[in-house]
Parts: sequence; structure tokens; C-alpha cells
Amino acid sequence: MRTKIIIISAITLVVVAMSVWMGQIAYSWLPPQASAEAVLIDNLFSLLTAIGTFIFLGVTGAIIYNIIVHRAGRYDTSDGPPIEGNIKLEIIWTAIPLVLVFIIATLSYQTYDKMDLHGPTEIAHLPHMMPSAYADTGLSSEATTNIEVDSKQWAWVFHYPDKNVTSTELHLPVDQRVHLTMRSQDVIHGFYIPAFRVKQDIIPPKTVDFEFTPIKIGRYRLRDSQYSGTYFAAMQTDVVVENSEDYDRWLNQAKRQKPTPAPNQAASEYAQREQKDAIAIWDTVVPAPSPMVNYHP
Amino acid sequence: MTTLSNPQKITKETPPKWRKYFSFSLDHKVIGIQYLVTSFFFFLLAGIFAMIMRGELITPEPDLLDRTVYNALFTMHGTIMLFGWTFPVLTGLSNYLVPLMIGAKDMAFPRLNAAAFWMIPVVGILLAISFLVPGGPSQSGWWAYPPVSLQNPTGNLINGQFLWLLAVALSGVSSIMGAVNFVTTIVRMRAPGMTWFKTPAFVWTVLAAQLIQLYGLPALTAGAVMLLCDLTFGTAFFDPVQGGNPVLYQHFFWFYSHPAVYVIILPAFGIFSEIFPVYARKPLFGYRVVAVSSVVITGLSGIVWVHHMFASGTPGWMRMLFMATTMLISVPTGIKVFAWVATIWGGKLRLDTPMLFALGGLVNFVFAGITGIMLASTPIDIHVNNTYFVVGHFHYVLYGSMVFATYAAIYHWFPKMTGKMYYEGLGKLHFYLSFIGTALNFLPMHPVGLMGMPRRVASYDPEFTFWNVLASIGGFILGISVIPFLLNMVSSWISGKPAGNNPWRAIGLEWLVASPPEEENFEETPIVISEPYGYGKKEPLTQNMG
Repeated sequence: MRTKIIIISAITLVVVAMSVWMGQIAYSWLPPQASAEAVLIDNLFSLLTAIGTFIFLGVTGAIIYNIIVHRAGRYDTSDGPPIEGNIKLEIIWTAIPLVLVFIIATLSYQTYDKMDLHGPTEIAHLPHMMPSAYADTGLSSEATTNIEVDSKQWAWVFHYPDKNVTSTELHLPVDQRVHLTMRSQDVIHGFYIPAFRVKQDIIPPKTVDFEFTPIKIGRYRLRDSQYSGTYFAAMQTDVVVENSEDYDRWLNQAKRQKPTPAPNQAASEYAQREQKDAIAIWDTVVPAPSPMVNYHP
Repeated sequence: MTTLSNPQKITKETPPKWRKYFSFSLDHKVIGIQYLVTSFFFFLLAGIFAMIMRGELITPEPDLLDRTVYNALFTMHGTIMLFGWTFPVLTGLSNYLVPLMIGAKDMAFPRLNAAAFWMIPVVGILLAISFLVPGGPSQSGWWAYPPVSLQNPTGNLINGQFLWLLAVALSGVSSIMGAVNFVTTIVRMRAPGMTWFKTPAFVWTVLAAQLIQLYGLPALTAGAVMLLCDLTFGTAFFDPVQGGNPVLYQHFFWFYSHPAVYVIILPAFGIFSEIFPVYARKPLFGYRVVAVSSVVITGLSGIVWVHHMFASGTPGWMRMLFMATTMLISVPTGIKVFAWVATIWGGKLRLDTPMLFALGGLVNFVFAGITGIMLASTPIDIHVNNTYFVVGHFHYVLYGSMVFATYAAIYHWFPKMTGKMYYEGLGKLHFYLSFIGTALNFLPMHPVGLMGMPRRVASYDPEFTFWNVLASIGGFILGISVIPFLLNMVSSWISGKPAGNNPWRAIGLEWLVASPPEEENFEETPIVISEPYGYGKKEPLTQNMG
């Protein structure tokens, strides 16, 4: 009995160690943490990975153990022990998932509340119980940058109302809370920056408010996450996070430029398509005209 | 009352064996096999679409297919896999097994049963025609979210989306007819003595799944009809330009389409519950709790649909509410997983092909459950929803768990259905190819999704290439894995060794009758006297048979 307990404890320790380790390397599966929200989500993801690893190793370990130890011999036609159940055991393994669910749901709620993303608010919004992520990082809780996001098949256009500048590349000042006012001209598009871990569908004809805080200077990708038709995959652009001076310089420089049509992958592919003479081409919605903007890359 | 007392049965002219499978038969066993074979045809077709898509995704550029063709292929892959394969194949299995397992002569409404089946080929024909209309098949994904699904670039009245909606609505009607039949049969036609807690776990899961069909399908069918009206007749339920609300469609759609996952996975749970006791030679651990947990899943599944819309037009409080209900589902499913492991524990395991598929399916399901909890957690879902992480997760549920369970069931009951034994070597080869293919195809989708690759893209950024190449190789292995299966089924059915009535020494009413069973299953109605799964015990299952 004693040796059995020691063996089981040793195995449990190894599994716990492996789970903690998996929880740590889970961070490396994710893109750079370029927003305050990303830090929160990654911590939660790491925890769930550790818990999940423990459960997975436990269950598969038990299965593999039985496959190795309890195989019937070739000519063995006897039955196993007719154990039909064990009330105590069944209560325990109902209680464990229940408690786990309660913990995970609470942590998820706290994380979500701290993110304070806004999003659609027309029905009602939860009151905030937690300090939000930007407050956590010691940054201002007031959004200082307001940008209008216009989405259409298949282009992103950003409008900076303070300077009346339009661009097809999203520029953001680092460490400042951003407020986006998002609209769609046609179908549902999904505003998604993996490095920021944030995503919000833009549902026509509504205006959707969205907030987050970039915390890391760099160049990231903005993708459409909600399937939007033929050139859906091409509806991508860059997000440039820079310090305030660079941001202001860029804004002033863009202001001086005259609006010109921005290059657009959907439009150029569509133009080429008309010349293609392949059999397997089906009808598509015509892309919206290339946006006229002050700045494009 | 033995064999001789039924002379008219012997003199009745029966059509040659193979021909009955192409006729409007009222025998639940023939209809079951008709469902199985038809759905497998759809499985192959949608699988070929998947392999063409994986071929496109080997390189980042959209170089193999035009984007319109890619979009149509993923739409049809999803549609056919769900409405042509998963529902019909499980309906087929249930059709074959349920009356045998509960000691009934047939389903409650044999004509309704046959009519429900013959709608499935019509669904297939509608979808096939959509490839031929100008503009090609629907390109809006199997969700058919408006406004994308309302954009009709051809301008024709008869277009791919129109035919798609007809097919989906028809498939819904067929499934509702099936559900009425199953629920009536299970509630009313169990053999004398078969109380609820003497009813096999598989029958419990079929009942739980079919109840979901009854309350959920009307919503999907209504949503499809309303979308059809918007598309064709100028109504504006969902069209934002005319004041409609596209999010309303999402509610209609997911109110059914999330519970639909349980319609698919519950019978798979039932199959696991049937197979583990046989090949571990032990009773199903905690049988009553396993049975009841199926019904708990049915109840909970009605209040989880909004988790598909966390990033959609859903306010914060609703996100939190549906996060909690979604996570709760892991409690009854967790109970089942623990019960299966306890069933295996200390048994006398035999690793025949059905057991291999069941064990592989269980391992895959545990993995899918863990990523499922992650997806239920709103903050994580906000990052990964609509990425390949989700695609990986649900393919682990659908292929890794449900398809594996289906294969396990087909191998396990093949001797009963045909009277022949399949070839174990080919079966094992099929299993190993399936298991490796599944891991290689669907595991890489998780990291690439975490990195931020959206689903439904025909092209992607080069940083995602590595994982996509792996996934494509896995996809082709899965394609190849079907070959030994087909070879096995066809050759065993024609020239396999006779199997006898009960080659697995399994306990259950279906194993007490001939293989294949006579037309009306039981010469004498069985009188059930003990719980199922009496492995290791000496008590008989019935008073009057075997």
C-alpha cells in the first residue's frame, strides 16, 4: 500500500511538472504581446493550457497503462471483474469538473472585464467590477486617440478626424488607449489584430465602438476575421505602432498629401480575372472602387 | 411458436438480396444500410473537396484554384459533410440498431422512415445541380451568414444559394421526420421488461440526440426559409440595407447548429459506451449516470448557442452568461469520459479494430474537450474565434471523435449486418492511417490559429506555411486511409468468413438473433430481465432467448 502511494504521488508530481511546463511554453505559441489586453489573455491561456495538459495526460496515461498492463491473453476468454460503479468516486468526479468550471469561468470573467473592449452596447453593458487593463499598466484610462474605421469589400480605410487624414494603413501611438468607431459599407467584417488578441465583428448598418491599448512598437497585421466573400483572404493591412513623435510626424506628413487611389489587391485581381479565360471561374461581387486616401504604403 | 409456424414468410417472393437496397423498403435494417452507404458516398465526395482545398493551401498564394472556386468548395465541404454525412450516417446506424437493441420488430412508422431516407438523395441532387447553374454553387460558407449570402452576383432567380437553401430546408424536414420516428419508437416500443434503466446506453444517446432535433431543427429551417425569402422575394428579415438585422439570422442559425454538434456527438458517446464493455469484458461503469448525463447534455445544449457570436453583435453580459452555460457542458461529458476510463480499468482488453477506433476516438475527444473549454472562455475566444484554432477544435470533435466512433460501430456491427467477418489486418491499417492522419491534419491547425490565421482563406501570409504543409500531408493521409476501409467492406461482404451470431461474445438483444437478422428481427418478443452490460456476471439478459 505504501509503495503504491509513493508511486502514485511520484507520477502525479511528474504530470504536474509537465503541465506547468506546458503552461509556460504556451506563451511561445502566440504572436508578440503588443497590447495590454494580450498580456491578460495570454496569462489565462497559459493557465488553461496547464490545466488541460494535466487532464489530457491523466486520461491518456490511464488508457495507455491499461493497454499495456491489462491486455487479454490470446486464448483468454474470461471476463474482467464485474464492477458496476462506485458512488463515492462518481460524486468526486462530478464535483471536480464543477469546481474547475467555476474557477475558469470566474477567471475568464475577471479577464474579460479588465479588457473593457466596449463593442456593441445597444442592449446593455455589464458594470465594471475590476480595474481595467490600461489602469493595470499605469496608463491613462481615457481614450486619447479616436479613429474611424471604414470596412468594405475588400478594403480597410482609416480616418483620423482631428487632422482629417485618411489612410489604408493603421497608425497608432504606443501606450495610449485607442477608441475606434467602426462601420461597414456592405457585409459583416471582422476587425482582428492577432498581436493585440482583439477581435470585433462590424455589423452593418450599425456603428460599433471598440477600445484597446497598444503597448509595443512594431508592425503588425490586421485581418478580416469574418468571411466577407470572394477576396476575403486579401482583406489585410498593416498596423504600425510607433511613439507619439513618430505618430504625429506621420499624421502631419499625411495631411499634406493629396488623396490618391490606394493600391488594392482585390481590385487588381478582379481586373486580371476579366482577362483570364479559365473554365472554373464563377461569378463574384465586384470589389468596391479603390479608396481615395492621403496615405497608402 | 418456432420457425415452422411462419410458412408464408418462406414462400413470399423476395427480391434478390442486392436489389432490395435500391428499393423503397420499409425494413429498418435495409433503410439503415441505405443511409450508411449513401452517406458514405457523400463523405468521400466532401473528403475529395477537402483534399483539393488542402492542395490549394500547401502554398500561401491562391495559385491552384480561382478564389470563387475555393469558396464554393469549402462551402460545399461543410454542407455535405454535415447534411450528407454526419446526420445521415448516424441516422443509418441508429435506424439499424435501435429496433434490434430494444427488441422491436421495426421502427414505429416504417413508411415515414423510408420517406425520410429518400429525401437525402434529393438533397444530394439539389446540391449537385447547384454546380451546374450559372454562377456555380453557394460561396457563402455553410453558415450562410447574410449579407454575404444575400449578394447574388449572377442576378438569376435560380442560383447556387437558392438551391443550397432548398437542400438545407429539405434536409431539416427529413431529420425532423426521423426524429419523430426515433422518439416514438424508443419511448413506446421497448420490449417487455426493458425499463429505462435496462435500456442500452446507445439507445439513451439516440433519444437524447433526436430530442435536440425536435426542438432545434424548426429554428434552422425557419431561418433558411426566411433567408430564402430575403434572397428571392425581396423580404428584409436580415438585409441591413432595407432595415433587417443580420444578427437575427445568427441566432436562428446557431440556436440549432450548436446543439447539432451534440446530435452528432451523443450517438458517438453511445457507441463508446457499447464498445468499451465488450472489449474490456467489464460492465459499463456507472451505467445509470452515463445514461442520464446524455439527457442533461440535451437540456444544456439549448442554452449555449451565443458562444458562436462572442465577437459578433453580443453585449458583455450575454457573453458572460453563455460562457458559463457552455462551460457547464463539460460536467456531464466529463462524467462520461471518467466512466469509460473506469470501464477499461483493470479489464481484459482486446484491441480489435472496433476497440482501437473507440480508444483513438476517446483520446481525440479528450483533446477536443480541452480546446473546447478554451473556446468557451470569452477572452480566449475573442482571440481565436474564426481562426484555424476553431477549425482544428471542431475537426477533432467531428473527425477525431465522431468519425472514429462511426468506424468503430461499423466494424463492431459489420458481422451482425452482413453475417460476414471483416479482415482484421485491413481494419488495423485503416485505424493507424486514420489516427496518424488526424493528428497530422488537425493538430497543426491549433498553432496556426493561435498565430492568427483566419479560417476560410484561399491564401495566407507566408509565416503560416509550415503548419499548412503538415496539415495538407495529414489530409492526404486521411484520404488514403479510406482505401483499406472500402476494400475491406466490399471484399468482406462478398467473400468474408461467416461470422456467426455473436462473434464478440457481446451482451445485447441484437446479438441474440441471426446475422444478418430476419426480416422482423425477433421470432418471439424478448422479455428483458437484467440490466445491459452484464459482463463477468452469470445472469441471463432475457427470460426467453439465448
